Amino acid sequence: MPPTEPTMTRAPFLERMMRIDRRVIFLFIGVALIFPLFFDISQKLPVSREVQMAADALEAVPDGALVLFSCDYDPPSAPELQPMAVTALKVGLRKKWRMVIIGLWPQGPQQANMALRTALEDEQFKDLRLTEGVDYVNLGFQSGNEAVIQKMGSDIPTTFPRDYRGIPVGDIPLMRGIKNLGNFDFVVNISAGYPGTREWVQFGVDRFGVRMISGSTAVQTTEMFPYIGRQLAGLVGGMRGAAELEQLTETPGRALKFMVGQSVAHVIVILFIVIGNAAYFATRKGKKGN
Amino acid sequence: MRREIPTFIALFVGVICIVQFFIPHRPFGTLVDTFSDWFGILQAFAIWLGALNLLRVSLERSVAKKSHDRWYGIVVILAFLLITITGLFFSGGRGFQLAGTRFDYLYVNIYTPLSSTMFAILAFFVASASYRAFRARSWEATLLLLAAFLVMLGRVPVGDTLTGFFPDGYRLSDVASWIMTYPQVAGQRAIMIGIALGVASASLRLILGLERSYLGGE
Repeated sequence: MPPTEPTMTRAPFLERMMRIDRRVIFLFIGVALIFPLFFDISQKLPVSREVQMAADALEAVPDGALVLFSCDYDPPSAPELQPMAVTALKVGLRKKWRMVIIGLWPQGPQQANMALRTALEDEQFKDLRLTEGVDYVNLGFQSGNEAVIQKMGSDIPTTFPRDYRGIPVGDIPLMRGIKNLGNFDFVVNISAGYPGTREWVQFGVDRFGVRMISGSTAVQTTEMFPYIGRQLAGLVGGMRGAAELEQLTETPGRALKFMVGQSVAHVIVILFIVIGNAAYFATRKGKKGN
Repeated sequence: MRREIPTFIALFVGVICIVQFFIPHRPFGTLVDTFSDWFGILQAFAIWLGALNLLRVSLERSVAKKSHDRWYGIVVILAFLLITITGLFFSGGRGFQLAGTRFDYLYVNIYTPLSSTMFAILAFFVASASYRAFRARSWEATLLLLAAFLVMLGRVPVGDTLTGFFPDGYRLSDVASWIMTYPQVAGQRAIMIGIALGVASASLRLILGLERSYLGGE
């Protein structure tokens, strides 16, 4: 038999604490998230194992390496994922990687462009002059979900015959000599769902043996944990992971700034949970006493 | 024949795809590449089909005078036409996604903030839902509550500040990390294996023609 709500026998105060209007909670969360944005507060984060592995994996990729960025997300997930994309691109710019960008989501390549623009605004890259097609190329979106990854394993030029500007891949200097996934030294996947990290693991990693890290939204991070170690060289999960990566790669950005708000919001949620449970137990005790 | 031919196609393609996974050489590899192309083409058509269907449904809704949702339908149609026409005709052809095009302007300044706002609203609902759902009503609920409490607090710096006097490896961030790495992964693996077995059996039923509901009818 399912447990039932205890009868309210104690003071109405406890009852109110058990049924706080959701608008009150919204107000507290709103203030918690907005207020820190007006201040330049910095905090040092304890680094989790999976993000440390991701940062180490990025650092281990040699200078000038050929790296594939698969940006599989859209604007709704951008607040969490865009900072990761920016940080990974900054590392790439610093290490002079040759970067090939694709998207299994229609909006992914445009998000990558925005991330690249943000990365290039950084003070350390202000004198950097990138040539599209030589230093990096955006091959755009291709429909087909995991079938695209499968096809890339055997033939990239036929999977992406043109870049997103419409230039044939044969005319792009960076793409010369690139036949399939085996030509890439590393893959960075930023994923908000399907198709994303799971499909890259199943087809790109297990099938074609690419070495990869993943950046994923907080809600799907737990599903990616079993892949850490063997299939994923590292995992950056949610805003917290993005902030840790920014801290580790010494490229402070929006995630570190937003983490202050998230920290306060977490504490407020916990306080509300504690209040709700305290009131629940107090009313239950009252019921038993009667 | 209307059912037999699609069933045969499913059987043929399914078997080739399975065989190719273990023997990635000619002719299986080439065949699967061709199937991937077909799949991509079909999916491109499906995207258009979805978009046009959305337009049709919104059109029906917007002309229904008594519908309370008619304004939503009108907004969908106007937004659809605005972004499609701008992208196709006023943004430089194939390079419509390039920085500085009108399409890019709409994408960066309207679509992105609106979509992000919708997603951000989740933060408020999750907070409210957590307050209502995390009640220690039973042993299982208490366990869930405790795990959520430790992970939520351990994932933000204040957790370590509160337990800073604990030795290294025993602070809240370490506890949260342990929960995520061991009990959580064990549960996830069990779920993943269960799903994989389910997918394998459902796929076999499709390939062998035992499951034909996707063909329509009975």
